[in-house]
This record gives sequence, C-alpha cells and structure tokens, in this order.
Amino acid sequence: MDTQKLAVQIDDLTVAYNYKPVLWDIDLSVPEGVLMAIVGPNGAGKSTLIKTILGIIKPIAGTVSIYGKPYSKQRKLVAYVPQKGSVDWDFPTTALDVVMMGTYGKLGWIKRTGQKEKKIALESMEKVGMLTYKNRQISQLSGGQQQRVFLARALAQDASIYFMDEPFQGVDATTEIAIINILKELRKAGKTVIVVHHDLQTVPEYFDWVTFLNVKKIATGPVKDIFNDDNLTKTYGINYKVAVNK
Amino acid sequence: MSSPQIEIQLIAAIVAMACAIPGVFLVLRKMALISDAISHSILPGIVIGFFVTQDLNSPLLILLAALTGVITVVMVEFIQKTGLVKEDTAIGLVFPVLFSIGVILIAKNANDVHLDVDAVLLGELAFAPFDRLLVGVADWGPKSLWVMGSILFITISLLILFYKELKVTTFDAGLSSVLGISPLVMHYGLMSVSSVTVVGAFDAVGAILVVALMIAPAATAYLLTEDLKKMIWLSVSFGVFSAISGYWAANFLDASISGSIATTLGVIFLATYLFAPKKGLISVLYRQKQQRIEVSLITFLLHLNRHEEESERHINHLQEHINWQAVRARTVLDLAEKNNLVEIENNVVSLTEKGLAFTEKSLEYIISNKDEKIEPMKEDFFLFRG
Repeated sequence: MDTQKLAVQIDDLTVAYNYKPVLWDIDLSVPEGVLMAIVGPNGAGKSTLIKTILGIIKPIAGTVSIYGKPYSKQRKLVAYVPQKGSVDWDFPTTALDVVMMGTYGKLGWIKRTGQKEKKIALESMEKVGMLTYKNRQISQLSGGQQQRVFLARALAQDASIYFMDEPFQGVDATTEIAIINILKELRKAGKTVIVVHHDLQTVPEYFDWVTFLNVKKIATGPVKDIFNDDNLTKTYGINYKVAVNK
Repeated sequence: MSSPQIEIQLIAAIVAMACAIPGVFLVLRKMALISDAISHSILPGIVIGFFVTQDLNSPLLILLAALTGVITVVMVEFIQKTGLVKEDTAIGLVFPVLFSIGVILIAKNANDVHLDVDAVLLGELAFAPFDRLLVGVADWGPKSLWVMGSILFITISLLILFYKELKVTTFDAGLSSVLGISPLVMHYGLMSVSSVTVVGAFDAVGAILVVALMIAPAATAYLLTEDLKKMIWLSVSFGVFSAISGYWAANFLDASISGSIATTLGVIFLATYLFAPKKGLISVLYRQKQQRIEVSLITFLLHLNRHEEESERHINHLQEHINWQAVRARTVLDLAEKNNLVEIENNVVSLTEKGLAFTEKSLEYIISNKDEKIEPMKEDFFLFRG
C-alpha cells in the first residue's frame, strides 16, 4: 500500500450544516485505480463527503488532497456526476449540449467550444450508447438516458478520478449493467472511480473497494477483506445480513 | 411620425431588449421574484443617489441604486441561510423595508427634491424625450436613450463573453463549481446586471413594470422553444414587439405607455399559454384526449386478440365487456375501423392482419417499454409520442 499512489487523501475532515456535524473527523485514503463504493444509511453524509472533496461544500476542519495537492489545483484531474435529480431537466437544451459541458473545465473561462470539443462529446456519447439521441431535448429523455448523458458528460471531462453520486438511482437493469461496465472499463484504464451507492447486494459484484460511512468513517478497504456482517452492522446499526459469500 | 414619437419607441425597444436578456436567466433559475424585490428595493438607492448627483440619469446614481439591488440579494440569502425562513419569506421581509426607507426619504425631502414615488414606480416614457443630452450646444438626443443604450451594450457584451458560463451555472451549479466556473461569481454578475438594468429602466418604464419586461418575454419564450439561444432571441423579439405595439395602443387609447406595454406582454403570454404548439394548454388537453382514446383502442384490440369466441366480439356486447360508455365505444370502434385495424362482419368484430400486427407491436412495447419498438407507430398515434 505504501508504494501505491493515493488518488484521494482526507485528514481529520469535519463538515457541519448549521453547526450540526454531518461528517465527523474523517480520515480516508483512496489508492489510485480502485472502483470504490461509499455505502451508509440515509443521512450518513455520503453525498456531502463527495461534495466536500470537490470543494462544493466547505468543511469546518480538515484537509482534502487529490494526488497530493488541494482540489483547486487539480480540477482537471477530476470528473463529477451529480445526482440526476439535482438539475432541472426542463432546461432548454439538447443531450449533446449537456455532454459538451464536460469540456468547459479544460476550456476555461470565456473560450468557446469548437470542433475539438464536439468530437470529444460525440465520442463520449457513443461510449454510453446515446449517440442516436444527441439532438434530443433533455426533457424528452427517460431517467436511464438522462443518467447516461450525465455519465457521457463525465467521460468528456477526461479525468483521472471520477466521482458519482448514486448513478444507479432510478435506472432500469439494462442501464445499470451498461453503466457498471463503463465504470469497470475506466478502472481497467487506470482511473479511480468513487461511487455513492445504495444497493448493498451488488457491492461485491461491482466494486473492489468500499468505504462504510455513517457520519464517522466505519471502515475502508478492499471489498473482499472488509465487506462483512460486522462492518454492515456497525454502519447500519442493525444486524444486517447480506449473503456476501454465496 | 414625429421625432419624439420615434425616440419614445426607440427607448422602449431598447429597454425591452436590455430587460429580456437577464430575464431569460432569471426565469430559468426560478428567480423571477428576485427581480420584483430588486425593483422595489432600489428606491432608497435612487433617492440617495439623487441627493448626491441631482440627476436621475447620472451613472453614479445608477451604480449606487444598483448596489442597493445587490445588497437586497445578499440580505435575502443571509436570512435564508439561517434556515429559519424560506426564500420567498426572506424576499418578502427584505424589500418592503428597503422600499419604505426610500418612501420616507422622499417624503422627508419632498420640498427640495423633484422626485416622487409615482414617478419611480410607474415612470413616464412620454417625458423621456424632454431630457436631452447636450454636448456643448449640440443635441445628442434623449439622455435615457444613451443610458439604456449603454446598459444594453454592456449586457450583450457580457452575454456573448459569458454565454457558456451562464448556461452551465444555470443548468448545473454543482458541476460548474467542479469545473472551476464559479456559480457564485455568475450569480452575483447576473444580479448586478439585473440591478443596473432595473435602475436604468425605472425612469422610462417605472420600477414595477420593469419586472413585466424581464419576466413575461422569457416566460413566453420558454413555452415555445427548447433551445436556449432561441429562447433569448424570442424573448428579445417579444419584448421589442410589445414595446412598439404597446406604444401605439397607448396612443390609440390615450393611456399610459408603460401600462400598455405591460398589458401587451400579458396578452402575448396568455395567447402563447393557450395556443403554444407543444406546451400550450389546448395542445396539452388535445393530446391527453387523444392518448385516452388510443389507450382505449389498444385495450379494445387486446380484448379482440384474446377472445376467439364470437359472443365476446359482438358489436352490441363490446360495451359491457370492456365496461365503456356507449359514446366511447363508438369513438374507439370508428377509430379502429378508420385505420383498418378491425373489420365488422355480421356485427362481429375481428382484427385485420394490420390490426393483429399492431396489437402485437403494442404488446411488445407494453412489455419491453423500449422506444425503438414503436418508432414507426409514432407517425400515426399520439400515444407513442409522449
């Protein structure tokens, strides 16, 4: 472990809303190249953790570093898929245009998108199987298609670390499999993928790394070592039986 | 047309354009109410600015008053962040306080100051041509034309420069922040531009009617297009059209110009709300009716498909079997016949080959819920376009 590079390192992180801590003294190291699930009950601070790593929420204490440097210096290494419900899908624009937004970060302020950005966006759409819908209004897309558009947008960011907030929420089984296959490909290409995840049943099948979170960090490590009844019980507070070894 | 007439229309059109552009983003950000708040709370800024500059068109006055607008937004957000009250309540708390400070300032100094509440609230476009910009002895036209022209120029320049940033921060603030495009900077930028526009426009159309020019064109355009650039163009066009036709309506009715402009905006919105091709009320109701009929049609065809026995398919029994009212049964039967989906022989209904194929396709769609199964059917049936 010591020789492996750390994609994300968090020290003594505390985040509070109106002085009520939602994340309490978190220490967390995520090695490069893992596909990691963050699991925990509702209100455990899973989304907050991602948003704090990405600088969207300011912590009251602690530090976060991405490949050893603060986030503000490493923006271009990071892609983000917010929860699907966090945006207004009636916004007047097309699927392609939303995917193009992924290229804005590397482009910087004021500069306009050109052929190069369009090409990146189209390639990303093809990877998620959404090329045929490129000119579709986003309000006309199904929930699964909207999620794929968000995923394509993250691919267009062309990052080293991908953060995803519940990418499987409200999508059908086909889309879920399509998404997880893309995430596994990203890992194969050496990328680090960090996913807020709800479905405990699929953790061993989808992920190789897991973090248990419930306001405090309960455990983090390889799925095969730490995804067990003991940690599930500590995290969810009840005797949580998941057939891990079946 | 006399030259003051042309000047009035020109000012109205420019005010309308300058308002419509920030209006689009206010509507998309669901912040229409904040423009109302700004329009009221700039009053103390205008009064204080007027004490200092003695000139309603002075750039210093505009900046001072616009600052009050931005302060309003900051105060609203501060109160909201305490978590004790919601945004609408916070807005309702802040702007009346600022507005009433303005009213008191005017009342206390009414004797010395040529400024009254009515003028600020309602404006008077008809007087705009009287206040000229004189350079030496040369007459450069009405001052408000220059003021609003400059504001419009700045607004358009900012829009062109920051279009991409405005779009992404409006659609997805979380992503923007991750990309390094600060949503906060764009938010206060938009608030500043809106405040400056409201202040610049109050003299011509009044602080209250500015709200109509900001919100109504954008809301109308929103019903007509699903493309942001088109939405901006349409908003600007509606604004200008209402400004010009409102002016002539006022002329004809011998009424307030700004009142007529706002009324025109309202009428255009209402017409669009009713008749817009996709999102309009009538079109939505029609589509719902069609969908109801088509759902009934498929239910009917599935029934025919499932039942071989003639008794189930007798024309007089359909009604009781599928539990419909007579009118509905007739409509559905006619629709099926018209599309050659069924044939009637000795009062017994049976599926045609086309009907059978259609039913199977529908079934496949219902089971798989896959869009591509029904692509060819979308042409003929509303149901599948939804």
